[in-house]
Amino acid sequence: MGYVGEIFVMAMTAIFINNFVLAKFLGLCPYLGVSKKLDSAFGMGMAVIFVMTLASAITFLIRSYLLLEYELGYLQTIAFILTIAALVQFVEMVIQKNAPALYKSLGVFLPLITTNCAVLGVAILNTEAKLSSGSDYRFIDAVLNGFFSGIGFTVVLLAMAGIRERLELVDIPKSMRGMPIALILAGIMALAFYGFMGFKI
Amino acid sequence: MMILYSTILTATAPAEPTGVLAPIVIVGGLGLIFGLILAFAAKVFEIKVDPRVDTICGALPGANCGACGLPGCAGYADAIVHEGVPLTRCAPGGAALAKKLAEIMGSEAGDVVKQIAVIHCSSGGYKNTNWKYAYEGIESCKSAVNIAGGPNTCGWGCIGYNDCQNACTFDAITVDQHGMRCIDLEKCTGCGACVRACPRGLIMLVPINRNVYIRCSSKDKGVLAKQVCGSMHSCIGCGICAKKCPVQTITVENNLARIDYSKCINCGVCATHCPTQAIEDQLSGARQIARVIPGKCIGCTICARYCPVSAISGEVKQLHMVDPEKCVGCQICLKKCPKNAIEMA
Repeated sequence: MGYVGEIFVMAMTAIFINNFVLAKFLGLCPYLGVSKKLDSAFGMGMAVIFVMTLASAITFLIRSYLLLEYELGYLQTIAFILTIAALVQFVEMVIQKNAPALYKSLGVFLPLITTNCAVLGVAILNTEAKLSSGSDYRFIDAVLNGFFSGIGFTVVLLAMAGIRERLELVDIPKSMRGMPIALILAGIMALAFYGFMGFKI
Repeated sequence: MMILYSTILTATAPAEPTGVLAPIVIVGGLGLIFGLILAFAAKVFEIKVDPRVDTICGALPGANCGACGLPGCAGYADAIVHEGVPLTRCAPGGAALAKKLAEIMGSEAGDVVKQIAVIHCSSGGYKNTNWKYAYEGIESCKSAVNIAGGPNTCGWGCIGYNDCQNACTFDAITVDQHGMRCIDLEKCTGCGACVRACPRGLIMLVPINRNVYIRCSSKDKGVLAKQVCGSMHSCIGCGICAKKCPVQTITVENNLARIDYSKCINCGVCATHCPTQAIEDQLSGARQIARVIPGKCIGCTICARYCPVSAISGEVKQLHMVDPEKCVGCQICLKKCPKNAIEMA
């Protein structure tokens, strides 16, 4: 399997088989909170893809050149949280100044992502993940994995938002409207995605 | 004791081969560097925001109802400061808010009369609606009107699937025990969300100080309108109200009477003459008629000139009289009298 095949496997794993939301149960807060409307879900998804890719890159560099150099691997959680929070703040400022239009569409969601555990999750899982050859992730692999994980999050978020928009018009018993039906829906989606785990690639 | 202490030490000690300094320096250093970068970035990428935008944003109701025609309260605040949009556009805030905004902006506020939503149909409940067929689709008026012109026999009337109630962000529309939608005048802000939500266009904004409503929107010919209406109070377009109106503010067009509220004096004469009782007068019975206070009247004839129904008679410099039969209680004379010589009783 060449490197392209490796990337394909990584993408399929991150998007369908080991989806962050439905298989690892990370990032559930925006999954339920920002999935009421398709366009805000899309904005959130784009922001997550963006931040996850950047965070994967920066945390990988910090881990390999700062923490592992001094055998401080046990500090990665606190260092990563610090990095992600600062990074999101910085990116928000840059976007606000240089691309006001992008800031208006992403801006609301960026601060929400600071504390999104899926972003920390991808950074930490990058340190443990292995390529099919058995070697550790290199920089480019970590960045790609972050990108695909963000896409996986967005796909699920968009699917959820699409279904919930249609649910608005359905005659649901009064006590089940809103959050209860959304939670049931999330469970059914997780079951459906569970089916992907049988794939062998 | 000493032995126990030393075993604890040896059990924990090997985990830190680099000592305690390196982690402190690295994590502390990371924090310091990030902090400096952010502080620096805050200066470099600083965006100057007019402080008035924030103040106005705080003063606005924050409901994001869109009555001002701009995207949300923040959008309106921004437009006030940067584009000079009028201060009176906020329906929920009303006149009080316009005054407050004028203070912030240091300019004059225009006059705002609060408007409220009025449903121009007396049908739509469980018992006062005639049905053509049983509709069992999506529970929404917008969806129901698309199937064979709507499930009710009157093609102009209320269907009762409460799109207006769902559109209201202020909980001002409730459904009573007869299935009719009631608008709470206290809660209604006149934002117009329900006006846009009603697929039949039954809801219109009316100034809150006008209390006479034509509760029908049927443009069917008189006989038909009466036949299909479930509440029996349809406008048949007879034009009696238009003829009786003392200020000629009612027009009949396409078999439907409509009040122009800019000229309406709230007298309720139209309601008393409507043969089908399609006009609702909320002040009916509660209206007081004018009376001249003998000691104060100086006979200036101003009231007589302004009276829309010529109920006041009297020569110059003589005591004036109000004909209680003719007076409709519009209170115009009360406002026009320079000597406050008229009272309502």
